[in-house]
Amino acid sequence: MSRESILAAIKQNQPESEGLPDAKGFVPICYDNPAQKFSEVLTGIGGKIVSIESTGEIIDYLNMHFTEADRFATVLDGIPGLEKLILPEDARALDGIEVAVIAAGFGVAENGAVWVTEKEMHHRVLPFICQHLAVILDPATILSNMHEAYSKIGQDNYGFAAFIAGPSKTADIEQSLVLGAHGPKTMTIFLLSEK
Amino acid sequence: MVNHVSLSETFNKDEERVNWHDETLWWVRQKRDKAVWQIPEWEELRDMASQIKMNALSNLHDYLLQFEKNALANGMVVHWAADADEHNDIVYDILAKNKVERIVKSKSMLTEECHLNHFLAKKGIDVIDTDLGERIVQLAEEAPSHIVLPCIHKKKEEIGELFHRFLNTPEGNADPQFLTAAARIHLREKFMTRRVAITGVNFAIAETGEFVICTNEGNADMGAHLSDIHIACMGIEKLIPQREHLSVFLRLLARSATGQPVTTYSSHFVRPLPGQELHIVLVDNGRTRQLGRPDFRNSLKCIRCGACMNTCPVYRRSGGHSYHNAIAGPIGAILAPNLDMKEYADLPFASTLCGSCSNVCPVKIDIHQQLYKWRQVLTKEGHTPAAKTAAMKVMAGTLSRPAVYRFAGKAGRWFMRNIPWLTNNRFNPWYKQRDMPAPPKESFGDWYRKNKR
Repeated sequence: MSRESILAAIKQNQPESEGLPDAKGFVPICYDNPAQKFSEVLTGIGGKIVSIESTGEIIDYLNMHFTEADRFATVLDGIPGLEKLILPEDARALDGIEVAVIAAGFGVAENGAVWVTEKEMHHRVLPFICQHLAVILDPATILSNMHEAYSKIGQDNYGFAAFIAGPSKTADIEQSLVLGAHGPKTMTIFLLSEK
Repeated sequence: MVNHVSLSETFNKDEERVNWHDETLWWVRQKRDKAVWQIPEWEELRDMASQIKMNALSNLHDYLLQFEKNALANGMVVHWAADADEHNDIVYDILAKNKVERIVKSKSMLTEECHLNHFLAKKGIDVIDTDLGERIVQLAEEAPSHIVLPCIHKKKEEIGELFHRFLNTPEGNADPQFLTAAARIHLREKFMTRRVAITGVNFAIAETGEFVICTNEGNADMGAHLSDIHIACMGIEKLIPQREHLSVFLRLLARSATGQPVTTYSSHFVRPLPGQELHIVLVDNGRTRQLGRPDFRNSLKCIRCGACMNTCPVYRRSGGHSYHNAIAGPIGAILAPNLDMKEYADLPFASTLCGSCSNVCPVKIDIHQQLYKWRQVLTKEGHTPAAKTAAMKVMAGTLSRPAVYRFAGKAGRWFMRNIPWLTNNRFNPWYKQRDMPAPPKESFGDWYRKNKR
């Protein structure tokens, strides 16, 4: 183990301690209508926004836009028409899922990302292994920027969490953008404003 | 001799390809600009990022201990590696102990730096790179030519041919959409069947003992979450003090890299899955040495966005492989001489010192100034080519003696006018890709004497 020698070399070579930046007076960008900005940005990165007023509308939308209805899955309780997924012992069995419906903690307007922790995923691999991802988001929770996002996350004790911004993608072949690299080919955000 | 000049010459044989490469990377640079203009506080963000990294580097000893303590409490296994060999041995030992011979790996420039794939192959381990670009160069038995766009030097027809050979796609099909779909099926089978995943690390947080991986494809997540053993490899300079500092770096990284507002996935790993082993390997490999060089320690702030490459007039026209180092471009040229001064003595000279790299760097590394400083160090240490050193000495002698200078100018003009083939021939490197200028009738000195009033 080289632990001691590395630490000793660092101690010897690191410069005199310099402080952290003073964030006082730093004003990051804020949007008058974060939900609108979020929708614009997410659409720009290949995501889809669907405004709904009740979770009952979800199954209708899925039936209209996706096939293989027997392979729709949700980890949420009480979504009409969708049965709650029973997690298999081996997460590899999740490979067959066509559409996974999960909820997100909040959204970020500046980059179209949603924050999803392990609690909302049930299994970490679910939002990555499904062919299509659908996320229910309350538009009132959409923040302007990443500084607000990390203030909200604070010291939350998740085991795993991710910002997810749109469908998985690659442009590795001649910079041609292709949606659906290894993860979901589409990402649909259901903006749920209950009336 | 293989060096930046000779390798650039090889790349430049295909003029059409060089032009495509040049224009495509400049297009990525322009996408970066458009993204940056959306953020009025961009310059403040760069300052903050640079200061946070300086704070991290100047307290690295304590932050590493804090990270180790918290990572252990989170259930990770923490390893320390002094150099590439020790890093590779640590990874191999984990595989050997678990009798694993087939693994998946997502993008990690550190494992490229350590030549892990080559090492594991010799030990009989089958490694599949799962980032599409990296899989393509792996099939071609090449190294990545760009840290963010690994196969930017390849044309889609060549990729179609590779996929036809290895993935049985129809001959002649070079459609990016089709080829990506084929790779998705090919690699999903690997994710489903392999028990060990190696990943890189973009940021590690001392305060929480967690680490963050950024990808667009989702390959790091597919590998890690389906594995029994996840091994994450990171250079010790990836450490940042607090979780909230991610806000600054995640705002800068993707915008600088590709012009995206953020990568599709920014995954925060804190604890292993139930029953899973989560290893983190902390690697030095020359970083503590660089930390001790006041002129060059800023290079350790790098977050591997690739913006300096996309903007560099030399990189765009010479290609990533001309740098013969895991990390190409301007940042590679200031990191490589720290690893091996003799081997990489040519790289700091592969620059016009125009400063564009420093202007786009999200953590404000003074890249072009470091390139200039490395030239001085390398010359003093005797690592520059003998012909160049001799020529520089002649030039210095000429420039410091006015009479010699005047005579040399006059002689030069006379020869270029009367015996042009003396300069316009293949032995003159300046003549290779350009015409020599027409010699002026008189020197500026003569003109000035005639015209001053």
